Amino acid sequence: MLAGFADPVLDAQRVFRAVLDAMAHPGRVVEVAAPESAPNPLHGAVASLCLTLVDLDTAVWLDEMAGTQETREYLQFHCGCRLVETPAAARFALIGDPAAMPALSRFDTGTDESPERSATLLVQVPSLREGRGRRLAGPGIASEVRLEAIGLPAGFWHGLRDNHALFPRGVDVLLAAERHVAALPRTTSVSD
Amino acid sequence: MAAERAARRRWMSVLAQASGEEIEQAWQALPEQPEYRVVRRPEVGLVMVRARAGGSGAPFNLGEMTVTRCTVDLPSGMAGHGYVAGRNVRHAELAAVFDALLQDPLLTAGLEEAVIAPLEAGQRERRRQVAARSAPTRVEFFTLVRGDD
Repeated sequence: MLAGFADPVLDAQRVFRAVLDAMAHPGRVVEVAAPESAPNPLHGAVASLCLTLVDLDTAVWLDEMAGTQETREYLQFHCGCRLVETPAAARFALIGDPAAMPALSRFDTGTDESPERSATLLVQVPSLREGRGRRLAGPGIASEVRLEAIGLPAGFWHGLRDNHALFPRGVDVLLAAERHVAALPRTTSVSD
Repeated sequence: MAAERAARRRWMSVLAQASGEEIEQAWQALPEQPEYRVVRRPEVGLVMVRARAGGSGAPFNLGEMTVTRCTVDLPSGMAGHGYVAGRNVRHAELAAVFDALLQDPLLTAGLEEAVIAPLEAGQRERRRQVAARSAPTRVEFFTLVRGDD
């Protein structure tokens, strides 16, 4: 069994602050504190996001790659969360293999009355880089921001465009690589 | 499986109900203190105690109690959990270590004899003393007789 954060309260607060920062500035790559070791095959940042955001009130869906026995035990022990079998039932979805991820529309996009009751996707990618790649615009971005995320299929970016059009409904996406996190909330539009 | 679970439940209960000093003494008395790693540091929290009136009524919240929990694992991969009443973090940690050790089939019998049995006997004795002290104060209402014949 792997240990979680060295200091559960303060580390989770620090990561939460970093995620707020990332969400407020879509496309900005922020660094987060990571536990000493993460369950195979998760990166440190993904484990941090889980330890910070997931608790016993959240239903979590894991894709095939992320859904190892090790990850399941880790989440159940440290977060106490419920693991669900269908993407639509999940509050948080953990995606280890973005190339094979389900369409964004298969996740819970909330309702017009309560758009906040939608799913948040934690997508693990091999690397994240600011300053080149897809052009992002929208709230939180002064002029334009470019974000390059290796390993995301073209269909993902199309799906993100449809997701943006659903506003105020829609899912929010957090991309994570190694110890870095970038957010693509539903308010962000993508071009190129 | 069911028998193992019952056995574990029993020793976890004994470890939790022992006093902090007793656990510490048992730990010091071990021939050698094994190495262990803390997976979840001792943390203090509240749990809601639920009860049923008369054991069969509708469940209700009796009240909250302070509980300290801790999880450790041994180099052998055995994980142990300690849940104890109160806020004695050392007690929770050692209870978790003993729980992990007791799950090792090679150690179970020895620890059972050296640690669990004496603790359990002590607890039984304490309960008996409390019962003995309170027994004379019992009023047997049904033995009262009416004054008029």
